Amino acid sequence: MTARTPVAAGDIRLDGLTLGYDRHPAVHHLDGTIHRGDLLALVGPNGAGKSTLLKGLIGEIPSLDGQIHRGMPARTLAYLPQADEIDRSFPLSVLDLASMGLWRRSGAWRSLLGHRGAVLKALDAVGLSGFEARPIGTLSGGQFQRALFARLILQDAQVLLLDEPFTGVDARTTADLIALIRTWHVEGRTIVAALHDLAQVRAYFPKTLLLAREPVAWGATASVLSPQNLARATRLSEAWDEDAAICAHDHAQVAPAPDGSGHDDGHDHTHGHHHRPAPPEQHETAA
Amino acid sequence: MIDPFAPFVEFGFMRRALVGCLALSISAPPVGVFLMLRRMSLMSEAMSHAILPGAAVGFLVAGLSLPAMTLGGLVAGLAVALLAGLVTRSTVIREDASLAAFYLISLAAGVLLVSMRGSQIDLLHILFGTVLALDDPALLLLGGIATATLFGLALIYRPLVMECVDPLFLRTVSRSGGPVHYAFLGLVVMNLVGGFQALGTLLAVGLMLLPAIAARFWARGLGTLIPASMLIAVVASFSGLSLSYHLDLPTGPAIVLAAGALYLVSMLAGPRGGLLYRLVKPRHLEA
Repeated sequence: MTARTPVAAGDIRLDGLTLGYDRHPAVHHLDGTIHRGDLLALVGPNGAGKSTLLKGLIGEIPSLDGQIHRGMPARTLAYLPQADEIDRSFPLSVLDLASMGLWRRSGAWRSLLGHRGAVLKALDAVGLSGFEARPIGTLSGGQFQRALFARLILQDAQVLLLDEPFTGVDARTTADLIALIRTWHVEGRTIVAALHDLAQVRAYFPKTLLLAREPVAWGATASVLSPQNLARATRLSEAWDEDAAICAHDHAQVAPAPDGSGHDDGHDHTHGHHHRPAPPEQHETAA
Repeated sequence: MIDPFAPFVEFGFMRRALVGCLALSISAPPVGVFLMLRRMSLMSEAMSHAILPGAAVGFLVAGLSLPAMTLGGLVAGLAVALLAGLVTRSTVIREDASLAAFYLISLAAGVLLVSMRGSQIDLLHILFGTVLALDDPALLLLGGIATATLFGLALIYRPLVMECVDPLFLRTVSRSGGPVHYAFLGLVVMNLVGGFQALGTLLAVGLMLLPAIAARFWARGLGTLIPASMLIAVVASFSGLSLSYHLDLPTGPAIVLAAGALYLVSMLAGPRGGLLYRLVKPRHLEA
């Protein structure tokens, strides 16, 4: 893959991106562009590579193949982890957790006193006024998620990557947080969220990427979430194949895999044609 | 009635021992607090064993010289910490496993070196400390370690807390995660070497961890945990030294046993999750 035209500022272009663990791809040959200001839902069965893609976007997982062209520095992306990735037994107050979002302004040493107003405002915006001094270990799942959103507000990032933001969160909190996400969308920020609730996606997310290790469809939500695409996603998200052959995808430097050896069992390679540079319009319709 | 202050008024070597132990009491416990909160309590035990061969090399070169053995211990401890970190970051082995591998190698080498020269009495000196024979350079070293630890912790405090709670977040906003981790390991090694001066390798961990764990029963936030742990360590050092004089006990074990007694009292009577408070069950609040 040679880099084509430089990526537009604020866009993120994926060129044949393959991410994975121990050579086994979890996201396989993904092409496309996340445009500036997109409100994009990332949908797919468990193990489809949603979290892997988000972690790849922030540079946490190195790519096995292909490239990510970011139209912004990698460290200006804000990332909301799944809640269980944070050590909540650590004696930290809600105020301190939210204040972590100020890092780019405060660094390791500058005082946070001047930002206190902003932190309180962010906590107020997520409905956590009065919780400043509470240790994070005493919060409920929903309250903790709200605190993480307060941190996101303070990060003030142009691109927000949210990994299952509503898992284990009640309806009212979800509604509040979706309202917040829509405010960010109106402000022109780019938002990518891994989600499971299709009704939610249809209601609030204009664009969707349906992933099942391989991209099934990427475009307007209504056309992506068709019954055919969803059925195909379920079929594709098969188990990890320990004996999978080396992916022979049009890379000259990789030896071609012997025909039919393990490459057919569920490892559907119909995406081969995607490797030609895709015209940008393609992303507006179902691929 | 025994006067607890009498030995310090009467004997210069007891005053020196007290000063050395007090220096250690304000530097090691804060490090122990972070170790405990990161669930790395036993890692310090492993590190203390890793220090042994360095001390043994110093002993072989210069005899029972505290500066030589200290320098050797420092070098060996830092080498093991760095190697373990390096292996963790570049292979699939987790940090605790790679640390275990290196400290076992290091400990075996240390025992081998000590047994090659020197009598059983020398070995006891190394294992149980020489707190009653602290000379000027040794006191300066302990004071220097305390100063460097407090300044070092102040410098890396904010990123260190973030690394404990949400390491992925710190990686997304800053490159300081790795350096902060190694700096913290450096502080651990430094304080263990200091403790090795006063208490010996086997008990060096005692003054680092016991006060920190005991403090957990008295304080909730980091801002109170750290001073509480220092206070407990100071009380343990003073009473341990005093008791060892009056009852003619070896000093190192006496200090650690004093800290252990304070831990047991805290576990029973501490207001934050202590056993008695659990049994009494104060009536729950309204909200």
